[in-house]
Amino acid sequence: MSEQPPQRSRRELLKLSPVLLLGSFAVPSWREPLLERGVAWSDAASAMIFRRDHLAASHADADVVPFEQFPYNGYDVIEPDIDFANWTLAVSGAVARPGTYALDQIRALPKRTHNTRHICVEGWDVVGRFGGARLADFLALAGADPGAQFVTVTCADDYYESLDMETALHPQSLLCYEMYDRPLDRGHGAPLRLNLPTKLGYKQAKYLMTLEVAHVLPARRSYWGDQGYSWYGGL
Amino acid sequence: MADSSVTTTPKVSRPSYEHPWAVRFCHWANAVSVTVLAMSGLQIFAAFPAFGSKIPQENLIDAVPEAVALGGWLGGALQWHFTFMWIFAAIGILYVVSQIASGHWRTLVFVPRDVAGLWPMVRYYFLFGPKPAATGQYNPLQKQAYTTALLFGTLSLLTGLVMYKPVQFSTLGWFFGGYHGARLVHFLAMCGLLAFIPGHLIMVLLHGWDNFASMITGWKRYPDYTPGDRP
Repeated sequence: MSEQPPQRSRRELLKLSPVLLLGSFAVPSWREPLLERGVAWSDAASAMIFRRDHLAASHADADVVPFEQFPYNGYDVIEPDIDFANWTLAVSGAVARPGTYALDQIRALPKRTHNTRHICVEGWDVVGRFGGARLADFLALAGADPGAQFVTVTCADDYYESLDMETALHPQSLLCYEMYDRPLDRGHGAPLRLNLPTKLGYKQAKYLMTLEVAHVLPARRSYWGDQGYSWYGGL
Repeated sequence: MADSSVTTTPKVSRPSYEHPWAVRFCHWANAVSVTVLAMSGLQIFAAFPAFGSKIPQENLIDAVPEAVALGGWLGGALQWHFTFMWIFAAIGILYVVSQIASGHWRTLVFVPRDVAGLWPMVRYYFLFGPKPAATGQYNPLQKQAYTTALLFGTLSLLTGLVMYKPVQFSTLGWFFGGYHGARLVHFLAMCGLLAFIPGHLIMVLLHGWDNFASMITGWKRYPDYTPGDRP
C-alpha cells in the first residue's frame, strides 16, 4: 500500500482535475455569464429564505441618527423636476382599478411608522424613521392581481426599480411619504418613495411617478440591477 | 507531555500517502476561492473603507491598489463575491465532512494536549532550537495554524451570512453585534486568513519539492513521520 509507482502519482494528479473547472472563470468570454449565473443563483436562494412574516428589527427612537446624518444618496440629481401641485401616482398593469392616485388617497390609508436600518450596498448603514402606507394596503386599494409576481416603479429622475411580490406584501414595505415625522424632503424622494427595510437602499426608489403590477419583469428591471448589482437586493 | 530532547529521527524511506483526494482538491480549490474572495472583498471595501458612521466618514485607507482588487467596481466585485461564496462554502463543507468521515481530523485539530508542544516548535523554527521528535503527521504549531485557519474560515462564512442577510439571519447577527459587528469581524477574519498564508508559503518553500508534491499527488517519498512509527 505504501509503494508509489509513477502511474499511481499520475492517477492521483488526474483526480485533481476538477479544480481546473475554476479556470473557466479565467476565460474572458465565459466570465460574465458565469458570474451572472452566480448572482442569479444567489438571488434565487435569497428569495427562498425570505419570510414575509419575519420583521426587520425596529429600533428605539434614541438609536435613530439625526436627520442631518441620513445621507442623500441619489444616482444623478437629488432634486428632479416634479410638478408637486399636480403630482399623482400612475398605476397600471394587473390591477382592477388602474389610473392615477393622489397623495391624499395614499395618506388616507392606515399609516405605519417605524425606525429601521437603511443599509447601502456600499456597506454603510443608518437607522432612520420612516412613515407611510403599507405597500400591501395600496396594492389592495388598486385591486392588484394576487397572482402577479412583480411590482415595478419608475421615477421622476429616470430611475426605475422592480420588486418581487413577496417583498411588496411584507408588512414593513411602505409607500413612504414621511421621514422623521415630516413630509419627505426633496433629497429623500418627495413626494413619495419606497421604504423597504428588507431590501438594500438602491431598491428603495425615490420620486415615484408610476407603479405597475406585472406578471413578468420588464427588460428594464432595475437601474443598478441592470448594471450588475443583484436584482433581488434583499436583506 | 515531557519536553522532547534532541532526537535524530531515522529517515523513513517508505513513501507514504499523505493527503487523500478530498484534502488536495479542497486545498487547491480553496486557494483559488480565498484569493478571489479576498481580492473582490477589498474592492467591495473600497466603496466604504470605514467601520464607523457614513456622516462623518473616516476612511481607513484612501484607495485599494488595483493590483489586489478584483471586479473593477463595486458591482463587479459583488458578482465575484456572490459567486465564490458558494464555492468557498461548498469546499468547506466537503472538507469538514471528509475530515470527519476519515477520522483524519484527529491528526489536524489542535487540542489542549498540543499546548505543551508549542514552545519547542517555536524554539525550533525561530530560535534555532533542537528539532522536536515528530509525534504525528502535523506538529503542534502546524495544528494550531490549521485549526485557527479553519476557525477564521468558519467565522468569515458566518459573518458573511449576517452581512448578506442581516434581516433573515438576525438571530445569528446578534452574536456578532449586528450588521456593523459582522462587517468588522468579517474583515478581521479575512486578515486572520491572509496572515496564515505567508507563514504557510515559507514553510512550503523550506520543506522542498517532495512535501509540495504531496499536496498534488498525495504521495510523499521521504516522510518525516508515518502513522506506523508512532512510539
